[in-house]
Amino acid sequence: MINKIMTADEAVAGVQDGMTIMVGGFLGTGSPEVLMDALVRKGVKHLTVIGNDGGLHTGQPAQFGGKTPRGIGKLLEHHMVDHLIASHIGVNPLINEQIAEGTLRYTLVPQGTLAEKIRAAAYGLGGVLTPTGVGTPMETEVDELGREKKVVEIEGVKYLFEMPLRADYSFIRPSVADKFGNFYCAKATKNFNYVMTGASDHTIIAPEKLVEIGEIDPDYFAVAGVLVDTIVEGEQKWQI
Amino acid sequence: MADLKTRIAKRCAKEFKDGEFVNLGIGLPTMVADYIPDDIMVTFHSENGFAGIDAVVDKEEDVDVDIINSGGTYVTAVPRVKYFDTAESFGLVRGGHVRATVLGAMQVAENGDLANWIIPGKKVAGMGGAMDLCAGCPEVIIVMLHTQKGNHKILKECTLPLTAERCVSKIITEMGVMEVTDEGIVVTELHPDYTKEDIQAATGCELKFSPDLKPMEEE
Repeated sequence: MINKIMTADEAVAGVQDGMTIMVGGFLGTGSPEVLMDALVRKGVKHLTVIGNDGGLHTGQPAQFGGKTPRGIGKLLEHHMVDHLIASHIGVNPLINEQIAEGTLRYTLVPQGTLAEKIRAAAYGLGGVLTPTGVGTPMETEVDELGREKKVVEIEGVKYLFEMPLRADYSFIRPSVADKFGNFYCAKATKNFNYVMTGASDHTIIAPEKLVEIGEIDPDYFAVAGVLVDTIVEGEQKWQI
Repeated sequence: MADLKTRIAKRCAKEFKDGEFVNLGIGLPTMVADYIPDDIMVTFHSENGFAGIDAVVDKEEDVDVDIINSGGTYVTAVPRVKYFDTAESFGLVRGGHVRATVLGAMQVAENGDLANWIIPGKKVAGMGGAMDLCAGCPEVIIVMLHTQKGNHKILKECTLPLTAERCVSKIITEMGVMEVTDEGIVVTELHPDYTKEDIQAATGCELKFSPDLKPMEEE
């Protein structure tokens, strides 16, 4: 029977310089830390990274400052990112530092639009029409691949046509998964983890808890294991 | 200054009815939740993934690391909470199911245009969910101090890049309450500390005054 379980280093072995990856998480909450650590060990460079934000730097959030960077913050700390596609880049100070140094470029996408662009890629849509961003720089600026935006008017309402957003790898953090890859994310760790699953050529999940097939009621699962290629053990509950 | 912000938050809290689902931005808008009357149940949307955000966690031992707000701060949720992913969260927003969003502003124009996400040439933060909220919520309520270091923030036209066009319906400042209408901005409540001339002098477009102008009450 197919065995999707690998070590983190085996799971990221195929990630090459210059690839595009997407990483679940919202300011680090719900980010797969064991997979970020494995990418840092591999030392891959020039990545295009898709995520809600740039994760956290050491000492963030200010409320109970973290001891290490979190999520995409680990990749930024090691200068592995050339292009960040995100909705918010103001929290992790490394982002604006690297933009100022000229080593990082960015594309901003409104949060809801970013989710729909990724979902369109995962679920076979040619794009989405959204009212978000009409009359703003989102209408006049090119998208993440340098394409002009189209404005479509339907029954008197203007919408922006937003193209699907795919990647080579998706890095996902379930709270609980079974050994086939069916999973759910607890509470506010869902964020981008659900839509990013299946929006890439390879989806790797790092669940906080891995259970046997049939061990829990399948109705709890939110995402289908058929979309998951690889499962990595060892993800821990975050310690502040 | 803290008292002025409290005044604004208290007044904004009167905008909501029992059973409503609304979104509060980070900062002054978050303070509004503290002044909702106890006999009214309002459910607050946290755009990073739930309906039913409650309070900021004060003590480290009380933190649930799986629950943050959209600013990355550890918070609690009410018992009726529903957690969801980003696609569902903004589906609720664009679908008009989040009745109102309360946000701050850098500039508001007399036609309701809003600029609150970027100052060209300054450090870039990004719009996060603000553009989706302003395009999707049926009502956008702006809470802010009336001027920024003496400079007008309510203007004939925004000079900064927009967050959304013609989206603002109401503006609440320490000076009064204003509604954005097809005929321009109408002052419906004026705080007793100020005259009509004061609020007009602090505003960069011509204000109209409601024939039914009321005092903005402290409590």
